[in-house]
Amino acid sequence: MARRITQSENCEAVEVFQRDILQPLSAPADMSADEQREIYRRMRLIREFDSAVKGLWKQNFIYGLAHSYVCAEAIAVGACAALEPTDYITSTHRGHGHTIAKGGDLRKMMAELMGKAAGYCGGKGGSMHIAAVDMGMLGATGIVGSAMPIAVGAGLTAKTLGRPFVTVCFHGDGATNQGVWHESINLAAVWDLPVIFLCENNQWAISLPYDQAAKNPSVSDRAIGYGIPGVTVDGFNPFAVYGAVRTAVGRARAGNGPTLIEARFYRYIGHFVADDERYRDPTCSALWEQFDPLVRMSKYLVEADLVTPAWIDSADEAARAAVADAIEFAKSEPEPAPETLYDGLYSPEFMREQRIP
Amino acid sequence: MTAMQTPSSSQFDGGRANTEMPPSRVVTVKQAINETLAEEMRRDPTIIILGCDVGIRGNPFGVTKGLYEEFGAGRVLDTPISEAAIVGSALGAAATGLRPIAEILFSDWITIGMDQLVNQIAKIRYMFGGKINVPLVIRAPVGAGGGQAAQHSQSFESWFSHVPGLQVVMPSTPYDVKGLLRTAIRSDDPVLFFEHKRGYEIKGAAPDREYVIPFGKADVVRAGGDVTVVAVSIMRHKALAVAEELGAAGIGCEVIDPLTIYPFDYDTVVASIAKTHRLVVVHESNRRSGIGGEIVSQVVERAFDQLVAPPKIVAGLDVPMPYNRGLEALVIPNEVRIKEAVLKVMGQ
Repeated sequence: MARRITQSENCEAVEVFQRDILQPLSAPADMSADEQREIYRRMRLIREFDSAVKGLWKQNFIYGLAHSYVCAEAIAVGACAALEPTDYITSTHRGHGHTIAKGGDLRKMMAELMGKAAGYCGGKGGSMHIAAVDMGMLGATGIVGSAMPIAVGAGLTAKTLGRPFVTVCFHGDGATNQGVWHESINLAAVWDLPVIFLCENNQWAISLPYDQAAKNPSVSDRAIGYGIPGVTVDGFNPFAVYGAVRTAVGRARAGNGPTLIEARFYRYIGHFVADDERYRDPTCSALWEQFDPLVRMSKYLVEADLVTPAWIDSADEAARAAVADAIEFAKSEPEPAPETLYDGLYSPEFMREQRIP
Repeated sequence: MTAMQTPSSSQFDGGRANTEMPPSRVVTVKQAINETLAEEMRRDPTIIILGCDVGIRGNPFGVTKGLYEEFGAGRVLDTPISEAAIVGSALGAAATGLRPIAEILFSDWITIGMDQLVNQIAKIRYMFGGKINVPLVIRAPVGAGGGQAAQHSQSFESWFSHVPGLQVVMPSTPYDVKGLLRTAIRSDDPVLFFEHKRGYEIKGAAPDREYVIPFGKADVVRAGGDVTVVAVSIMRHKALAVAEELGAAGIGCEVIDPLTIYPFDYDTVVASIAKTHRLVVVHESNRRSGIGGEIVSQVVERAFDQLVAPPKIVAGLDVPMPYNRGLEALVIPNEVRIKEAVLKVMGQ
């Protein structure tokens, strides 16, 4: 078990991470160069997309709340690289990264963030409820831990109907102290359901550091209590996440049940677009930036001779262009018409009494 | 928990069913639920049942008896005591291809799965732009009258009818239970199906064929020209008893069972009031912010000029259900209180 971290008081957690968790980037032997380059491209798309969100929010193009996936890119992309298109994922309030990693369309995503009719949810969901159901992305949720049993239910469908799909349940360390977290993992374990519980342990539940939320710094230790495998990996490292998820997927598809994976990293950005981060020492956050997954991944690709520095520049430029295109598209799209207010309700035939004011 | 006793329920019959639909058999509400579950599960292999004690034990009231034996542990799933996971996994299963029927042992404990029900199930289709179907039913026994005290006696129909996205169904005769449960199971949208614990042994005729009853269509159980009595769940039977008694005394009560709390058939109620000009609402759940208040407000908005007397609500008293037999009886609406209310709106 890793030593207790105290990230709220000092920067010691950086050293603990470096010593106990950090894994050097190293692709599995059977992963092609193209696949490795695609991982970088997807990570960069997420980085550019969510980097643009804050500015758009400040300029009022994006309404309400938005939570960035910046610095977590390695987790969603590494995990989804181990999945088939027919597999499902559930998400969190930080769902842009999951959507892009599962193959979501940037235009529809940005349109949704701007509340436009052309968005994935017709402007009904926004950032916190972005969903790409046709891609197997079962939607983002604004309530911490709430997707846990939904993933279990998807696993129940796979098992009951004998379908080969698995479901990856992304959740944060904050979710691990919700009662439903326990109920869900226990149920999936006792029924041997094909679910991978992937905890993105960014060590902060808004302003509460994980060492003040749980006595044991290791989320994966809890797997013992459910009789399932648990593993902690470097969450800044897409190959580490990929490897753990691939193993868990194999186990799940073979009918051997769920796995709990903890991808440990650190949210060195704010909790959401308007977070002033007054609850922590900015010098510690700055230290964590040395593990920036995009920097590590680009360095790895160049050093492994898989790409040239120029390739990195052009991939970055392509990502920026794709995001710029999505922004232009979203800005130009119309607002949803008032007549769409009741669209998407259950049993709309019973709504005939209600009229748009 | 003790076995339910229903000393007064056998006197009730199923209302319209015994006159309308020959050939019929007389069955209990419990049998009606059980048979409908089995028939639907035979028809559709994507239907599963999950909940505490639904399998080998066949549910504490015997409602799911025999289903585990017929359909096996893969389709009748005994769960741990994990209401949030029961409700939430039913959602995940419904969103990905199953038609789950989740059971909560006592409806009071839906509170433990409340986030999944109110924040996820009710909203997931709308907030994802209509791109997801959630064909699930949550069955739960409601109601008081067995000395089960404050945490095993509640009826939450008004809470859930307040939440856009949930359909709330509350029948109390074998005929209605069969038709409405079948509609619930076949609905592509989430349904809360509330069964009264004191109603499981109520007998009535139910046809031997497959039939469905649409949601949002009230049943005019008894015609009458003087007072409209809207009675929810097993209160329908108490209202009928009062109506028979007062009918002999020359007061005509029109008894309406709404059957579904949302959608609610206000058209039938308003049409009745156009004839009777008087309204009494009867429900067992407590009065404060209850469904009775909403029914009265809708009637006042739609038919104020038809009313000749202030409407009356006969409801549970606003206290947690006490254990003591005598105190409990004070809380639950009875025939005496219903009769008083009818006489009051009649100006007597």
